[in-house]
Amino acid sequence: MAQQSEHKWGMVIDLDKCIGCQACVIACQAENNVPLNTEEIFNQKRAIEWIRVERYWEGEFPNVKARFLPVLCQHCENAPCEPVCPVYATYHNQEGLNVQVYNRCVGTRYCQNNCPYHVRFFNYWTPQWPESLRNQLNPDVTVRSRGIMEKCTFCIQRIRRTTRNAKREGRKLEDGLLQPACAQACPTSTLTFGDLNDPDSKVSQLAKNSRNYKLLEKLGTDPNVIYLKKVDPKAAEELHA
Amino acid sequence: MQQRVSLEDRQINRDLLRGVLEHPLWWFALVGFVGLVLLAGVISTGYMITKGIGVTGLNRPVMWGFFITNFVFWVGISHAGVMISAILRLTQAEWRRPVTRAAEVLTVFALMTAALHPVIHTGRPWRLLYWAFPYDFSRGIFVNVRSPLIWDPSAIFTYLTGSSLFVFVALLPDLAVLRDRTTGIVHHVYSVLCLGWRGTPKQWKLQTVAGILLSALILPVFVSVHSIVSWDFAVATSVEAWHSTIFAPYFVIGAVHSGVSAVVTMMALMRWLWKWDKYIRPEHFDALGRLLIVVSTTWFFFFFLEVLFGIYGQESPEIALREMQIFQWPWSMLFIIFLLTAYFIPVPLWLFPKVRRSITLMFWTSILVNIGMWLERFLIIVPGLARKQPLTFSWGTYHPSIIEILIVAASFALVAFLLLIFSKVFPLIPLFEQKEGQLFAKELRVGRKKVPAVIREE
Repeated sequence: MAQQSEHKWGMVIDLDKCIGCQACVIACQAENNVPLNTEEIFNQKRAIEWIRVERYWEGEFPNVKARFLPVLCQHCENAPCEPVCPVYATYHNQEGLNVQVYNRCVGTRYCQNNCPYHVRFFNYWTPQWPESLRNQLNPDVTVRSRGIMEKCTFCIQRIRRTTRNAKREGRKLEDGLLQPACAQACPTSTLTFGDLNDPDSKVSQLAKNSRNYKLLEKLGTDPNVIYLKKVDPKAAEELHA
Repeated sequence: MQQRVSLEDRQINRDLLRGVLEHPLWWFALVGFVGLVLLAGVISTGYMITKGIGVTGLNRPVMWGFFITNFVFWVGISHAGVMISAILRLTQAEWRRPVTRAAEVLTVFALMTAALHPVIHTGRPWRLLYWAFPYDFSRGIFVNVRSPLIWDPSAIFTYLTGSSLFVFVALLPDLAVLRDRTTGIVHHVYSVLCLGWRGTPKQWKLQTVAGILLSALILPVFVSVHSIVSWDFAVATSVEAWHSTIFAPYFVIGAVHSGVSAVVTMMALMRWLWKWDKYIRPEHFDALGRLLIVVSTTWFFFFFLEVLFGIYGQESPEIALREMQIFQWPWSMLFIIFLLTAYFIPVPLWLFPKVRRSITLMFWTSILVNIGMWLERFLIIVPGLARKQPLTFSWGTYHPSIIEILIVAASFALVAFLLLIFSKVFPLIPLFEQKEGQLFAKELRVGRKKVPAVIREE
C-alpha cells in the first residue's frame, strides 16, 4: 500500500451558480500552456480544453433553458484510464490526483477511449503559438509535444509551489490559499477547490450539501470532483403541472 | 467424398515446384502492382510519422479508427492457419493436405501485418520498445501488466513464434527436394535451410512428432490470441458497445470465419494462377464450404447474442449507440452491407453442393465474407466510441482520411506481396503431404477385401 498523504485534493462544482461564461476555460488555457483552439480544430473535434463548459438545452421552444455543466478531469479514485495505460504514463498519486507523466506517454490513446468523461486530450499536431504569445507561456508548465495525451492536473504546479512554500515557512497550508486557475477565475465561485481530508475546509463542507452528486456515479469511478445540482423551482413546477 | 487422383511422385515434384523453378510474366506484373500499392502505404506511413496523427481522421471521441479495425481484421485472418493445419491435422481430416502450407503462411504474414498497426497508430511509434517488450530498460519502470496493450504483444509474439516454427517444420522435407534440384549459391542456401534432411525414417518420425506437438501446443494460443484482442475492447468499461462478456468467443469464432474464408480465396487464386487443378480440387472447396457453414452460423449466433445482451439492459447510451449503428445513415448502410456480406448472401449459397464445388462462386463468396468481417470490426469499434456515454456534448463521428485508406490498402498489398515472394522461394503446396496422402489412400487387395496399405501409428 502506498503511504497515504495528508492531502486529498478535490473540487466542488455548484451548478446553481454557473453562468456559462467560459472564464475557467480561458484561465486554464493561459495557465497550462494549452495550444490555441481554432474554429477548424473545434469542428474537427480535436480541441484541447482541460475544462470545458458543456451546454445542454432543456425544454421545448419557447420555454427553452440553457443548462451548463463544467467538465474537467474528475480525478477518479478508481480511474478507468489508469489500468489500461501500458507504460504507467497515467497513475494515481497519494494526494488523490490522477497524474499524467508526459515523458512516459507513447500515445496509444487507450486512456481517452476508456475515460467516460471525455477529458483526456491527444496532441494531434506539434502545438504552435503565434510569435506574440511566445512570452505568455507559463514557465512552470511543460509544453507538450505531439503524439501524447494531456489533461487537467488540478494545476499541480500551483499545488506544489504553495505546499512547498508553506512547508518552508513552517506554517500550515491555509484553506483557500491554493486555487487552480479555473477556480480563481470563476466570477460566481462555482468552482471550489480544496483538501477533502480536512473536515473544516470549504470544499469538505460543500461536499456534504444535500444537492451533491458525482458525474456518471453508477460507473463506480469514485471521482474527486463533486457536483451540486441546480435547483430550479420553476422547472420543477412546470414538470409537475 | 475424396476422389482418387493418383499421381506419380515425379509429376508431383514437377507440378508443385513450378512456382519456384519457373518465372512466369504474370508473377512479375503482380509483384510490381502490389509493390506500388505497398509503396504508397509506406510513404503514407512515413508522412504520418513525421507530421503526426493529425493527418488521420481521428478525433476526441473516436480515438481509434481504421488502424485498430484493420489490426483486428488481420489478427482474425491469421486464425486460418491453425484452424486448417493444427485442428484438421489433429482430427486427421485428409482433405486438408494441399491447403495446409498456404494457410500457415497466410497466418504468419497476416500476423506480421497486424502487429504493425498498433505500432504505427501510436503518437510516438519510436517508443515501441517501452511497451511492446516487458522489460524496464533504464527507466526503472516495469510495463503495466494490467493493460491489455501489454497482453497483446505477448499473445501475438507467442502466436507468431509458434506458427513460424510450424511452417518451418513442415517445410523441411520440401526444402530438401529443392536443395536437390538447384545449383550454385541457391543450392547452398537450401542446404542450410533444410537442416541436413536426408529423409531417413528417424527424421520422418521426428518431423511428424514435431508437427503434432506443435499443433497441440499452438491450440491454446490460437484461442487466446483473439480473446486477448477482444479484451482490448472488453475491459474498456466506459464504452457501451465494447464490454459484452461474450466478446472473447465471439471474436475467436469470427476470426475463424474470416480466416477460413481467406484460405478459400487463396486456394482459388492458387488454382487459377499456377493451374494446380489436380491438387486443389472442387472437393476441397466443398469441404471448406461445409466447415464455413457451421463456423459462420455459430458466429452469427454469437453476434445476435451480443446485440441482444447490449439492448437487454435498456440503458440510454447503449440504445443510442445501437440506434446509430443500425439506423443512422451512413452506418445503417454499412450495417446492411455487413449483414448481407458476412452471412446472408454466402451462407445460404453454400448450402448448395453445386455452389460449394464451383471455384468462381466460392472465390467471390469468400471475398464477400471478408468485406463483411472487416465492416463488423469497424461497426464495433467506431460507433461505440462515437456514442461513449450519456454526455451527448462529446458525441462525434469519424471520417477516415486518405492516409488511413492508403495504409489499409497497403496492408492488403503487404500480405499479398509477402505471399508472392514466398511462393517464389518455397512451394506453396507441400509436396510431402501430397505424397503422404496418396500413400495413406493406397489399398491392397487381400482376397476379395480391400485393406489400407499403410497403418498409421498416430
